[in-house]
Amino acid sequence: MADGPTAGIVMHVDGVAMHPGAGTSVAAAMLNAGTWGFRRSVRGEPRGPLCGMGICHECRVTIDGIAHRRACLVLVANGMRVETGGDGA
Amino acid sequence: MSASNREFDADVAVIGAGPAGIAAATRAAEAGARVVIVDESPNVGGQIWRHRPGAAAPTGAIRWLARLERSGARVLAESTVFDLHRDDRDGFVVAFERAGAPGELRARALVLATGARERFLPFPGWTIPGVIGVGGAQALLKAGASVRGKTIVIAGSGPLLLPVAASLVHAGAHLALVAEQAPARRVASFAVGLWRRPAALRDAVRYRAGFLRVPYRLGEWVTEARGASVLTSVVMTDGRSSRAIPCDLLCVGFGLVPNTELPRHVGCSIADGVVRVDDRQATSVQGVFCAGEPTGIGGVDLALVEGEIAGLCAAEQGGAASSPLRARRARLRRLAAEMDRAFALRDELRRLPTAETIVCRCEDVAYGALYRDWSPRQAKLYARAGMGACQGRVCGPALEFLLGWDGDAVIRAPVTPTLLGAMCGREGDAPSVARVPSQPGNRNAPMRDE
Repeated sequence: MADGPTAGIVMHVDGVAMHPGAGTSVAAAMLNAGTWGFRRSVRGEPRGPLCGMGICHECRVTIDGIAHRRACLVLVANGMRVETGGDGA
Repeated sequence: MSASNREFDADVAVIGAGPAGIAAATRAAEAGARVVIVDESPNVGGQIWRHRPGAAAPTGAIRWLARLERSGARVLAESTVFDLHRDDRDGFVVAFERAGAPGELRARALVLATGARERFLPFPGWTIPGVIGVGGAQALLKAGASVRGKTIVIAGSGPLLLPVAASLVHAGAHLALVAEQAPARRVASFAVGLWRRPAALRDAVRYRAGFLRVPYRLGEWVTEARGASVLTSVVMTDGRSSRAIPCDLLCVGFGLVPNTELPRHVGCSIADGVVRVDDRQATSVQGVFCAGEPTGIGGVDLALVEGEIAGLCAAEQGGAASSPLRARRARLRRLAAEMDRAFALRDELRRLPTAETIVCRCEDVAYGALYRDWSPRQAKLYARAGMGACQGRVCGPALEFLLGWDGDAVIRAPVTPTLLGAMCGREGDAPSVARVPSQPGNRNAPMRDE
């Protein structure tokens, strides 16, 4: 029910197409596609979601050109483009 | 409605749309107040009632969500409040960011229902992707994450471990272990006392039944997470011997921490880390009420009762809470205090981080870079601990536990990272709540304006 492509949403994460179900958060969609490194820390370590509710900012990514968006608070949308690996700023 | 009322966008602005905020907004609107409820999530429900759009809401939530909708309170979703201050007309200005654009609303009274977050404690490897919160796992699951076939360890403390364990098993995960740090003796005596609290007992039994095949160990905790770019195993101990468990995910959390940033920012008095409220849920600031976890961790039922009282009192300045509500609140507060004692954190957890362990994840500050006799402010100035994007929301409570630091630092706007454009939006850029689209013909309709 929670998995599997529905509603025909296509989003791209670092150029790779994903087909998340409607109502999925960007963070959940990325995890489902096997992406665990969302950003790079100040020292260059990979980081992924921790709190899942917008507190920790560890899941921040660039969405449609806007940096530092919390992937756990944004729902997927058709045509959305996500970039990971932003430096720890 | 008096003439001056029209200068305000709302009689009552409720910040946070979890159970406390929903109950407050509903009761205030039912009492005839014009109510706006603001939340940063796409959907109302907060953390505990979080559900996907279109999916069925949790049973306990359905009645309240329907009642909120009928009440006429307006919902402003996906709106992150970054500033609250008194305006010059005996009310408050709530400044928020919504989809990158600034927004502002003026209200006569405020109900702060900002909820709680998880307490994370640093240990070697806790920054490796695949180490997530217990509530974090629940939130991601409800947001559509799949855990089918994943091997998962749950470790930490508190009643939250049980429902999350049940959810993960239900979602097809292979749960290897659920480890509660509190000693068996304390948890057992709490559980025995539950016979007097049938509802809480029923919940506990139901959740445990949801992961019956998985061991629930008391007096066991995580000491290390291992892996390079992703988690591969965790090390568990009971204080005598240790063992490594291979896993894909570690869900870890050590109880909840009240979100007191907005109450502190607007000047509410805080004691022992929680917002001080009187019998009417009124804070020390005139016109500001507070309900739910910020006044002390107590769970959904207590949050609802406090929300109801806060909403009623905020709607009718000078109103008083009914005695059945007050009695229920007192009973639930006693249960919360018992839970607090049962799941108190053990000393050994203070010795988990090494000098190299990162404590501030935003700025990559190692534990060894901090000095015990510093204040949180000195840690910010000298080591940048707490200076990053989360503004100390993660490392603050951890350092409070590890070093006994007082978390009550000054909170300045923006209370959460905010686009510069939203903060200094020019005249014309800054819509009042009136510019946010609403359903035609019904000024007070809850807004779901996708």
